Amino acid sequence: MAQPLLEVRHLRVEFPTRRGTLVALDDISFTIAPGEILGVVGESGAGKSLTGASIIGLLEPPGRIAAGEILLEGERIDNLPPERMRSVRGRRIGAIFQDPLTSLNPLYTVGRQLVETIQTHLPVDAQQARARAIALLKETGIPAAEQRFDHHPHQFSGGMRQRVVIALALAAEPQLIVADEPTTALDVSIQAQIIALLKRLTRQHGAAVMLVTHDMGVIAEACDRVAVMYAGRIVEVGPVQEVIHHPSHPYTVGLMGSIPSMDGAHERLLQIDGVMPRLNAIPNGCAFHPRCPRAFDRCRRERPDLMPAAATQAACWLVAAEREAR
Amino acid sequence: MTPLVEVIDLAKVFDVSPPWLNRLLEHKPRQAVHAVDGVSFSIHKGRTLALVGESGCGKSTVARMLVGLHAPTQGTIRFDGRDAQATWRGSGDRALRRRIQMIFQDPYASLNPRWTVQDIVAEPLREHDLVRDARALADRVSALLQQVGLSAADRAKFPHQFSGGQRQRISIARALATQPEFLVCDEPTSALDVSVQAQVLNIMKDLQRERGLTYLFISHNLAVVRHVSDEVGVMYLGRLVEWADKDTLFKTPRHPYTRMLLDAIPDIAMTGRARTPVQGEVPNPLNPPSGCSFHPRCPHANERCKRERPALLNFQGIQVACHGVAEGRIAGTA
Repeated sequence: MAQPLLEVRHLRVEFPTRRGTLVALDDISFTIAPGEILGVVGESGAGKSLTGASIIGLLEPPGRIAAGEILLEGERIDNLPPERMRSVRGRRIGAIFQDPLTSLNPLYTVGRQLVETIQTHLPVDAQQARARAIALLKETGIPAAEQRFDHHPHQFSGGMRQRVVIALALAAEPQLIVADEPTTALDVSIQAQIIALLKRLTRQHGAAVMLVTHDMGVIAEACDRVAVMYAGRIVEVGPVQEVIHHPSHPYTVGLMGSIPSMDGAHERLLQIDGVMPRLNAIPNGCAFHPRCPRAFDRCRRERPDLMPAAATQAACWLVAAEREAR
Repeated sequence: MTPLVEVIDLAKVFDVSPPWLNRLLEHKPRQAVHAVDGVSFSIHKGRTLALVGESGCGKSTVARMLVGLHAPTQGTIRFDGRDAQATWRGSGDRALRRRIQMIFQDPYASLNPRWTVQDIVAEPLREHDLVRDARALADRVSALLQQVGLSAADRAKFPHQFSGGQRQRISIARALATQPEFLVCDEPTSALDVSVQAQVLNIMKDLQRERGLTYLFISHNLAVVRHVSDEVGVMYLGRLVEWADKDTLFKTPRHPYTRMLLDAIPDIAMTGRARTPVQGEVPNPLNPPSGCSFHPRCPHANERCKRERPALLNFQGIQVACHGVAEGRIAGTA
């Protein structure tokens, strides 16, 4: 297999507090191939945004990477000094956040912000940077880009702002884009436009994407592979069709069943009783066992790691038991 | 059979003019937003009507007018044959208040953080003077909490001790306290995670079956709407553009906007399908387009659509406000 673009190995993120250390991410490992779109899905507090923040080096203190490594093209980026990381971020890894209003500076025109980003990362003069900025705005589907170049963020609608943010993320032709809930703040009709845009542009520019979202619909629409997170761990990962239609982990099964579907087939939604545990009360063994309808002894004692399941990889002792039975 | 809730030609205009001094000095005109503009619908007992639409389409304003949080600029709201506005103004049937309750979107903002769950759930009972004895009050609250899947011991806790889904259950318990017949639910699950959303939707469905509740369900999530509703009304820029029973609307949407919405939604069942790209954005409600407000985004728009505003007309039980459908320019469905 070719070298993956991004490789995360046994990543562990901790938050030291007065009442002890909280482990927010525990032994996360995954890879993203060049040009691939990996979805990361999970409920609030599962650690999906933290995973994204660790990769782009924007973990909020006191959160820190306690173990593991993050490699971009085989080169470690998790231990770079802040100045070096700043040039990686933007140049090689672009970022798109949930709220387009807070990720743009309200005092500067969007043109100035784009030119600044381009000139920070690429050796071009002001004129070339301006031309490139306008080309980027056009590419993201902003009408009358030449005039819009001189407008401030508040003069744009939410969908248009998110296009500007995508243009900013693409400005230096990064190899990887970390998009954290890029469509959550938008209306459905705009959401569809933005997903289509993200898909098209990343394909054209050959960039890989890590798409963090809680919306399975968006994942199904946009991703090649998907990782499902629960309580700071990846519980299942695989091709998007397999995870949606043939999930192995009981949590994924419950998650899929709890989503109301447009085909309207079910009278009653499948529900997972209970809630995700808090970080200070993660159960022993498999973190999902108190809510799992199929939990048995081993689940309470031992923590499962990802193992090959039917069509995906799942961290579940049922999978191991099935394999042994065969 | 007369419907339980009847809304006739409801409208709400918000004054969003700049302050008086700015108007004087900068010669700025007065400005008004027609948040809701001539909306009519009815809901029969035991049924669920869902209103869907994008941000700013006026669906929440309709909900708030129904429970008396906004006074309509124009129009009539009738509940069980009586004039609900008279009640909200304080002159009508006071007992009506008890029969209509609301569940809000954000369970973090809609519960008083300094009150215990007991205080929160008991407030409507005290307010309406339904239960006076403290012992009986505690029993009622316990029973209500158990109905929504919480325990009686939760009475002494504060809202911050609960997760989002549990808080929304507390809201539901509070709304049910006065034994209402009609619940207005404004995006009750959009702040929740999907697995928790499923729990709350299931509870709402169970309660409807047990108690014959009538719901007005406001949501932007069409998949949720498909799951909970009997009838669906689609709103665009303050107006109802289509109103039909659920199966008809989802199988054969008539209005181009409804079709666009249905096409736009990412759904897990429809991976990788080709879809018609959605054009444009919702226009500024301060300055809505002439004629049919959807015409700038509509692939079927013609001169008449730009000039003349379409009325909601009945086509075999489906109400659609579209010249194209009325003239037969837009075929039944694909």
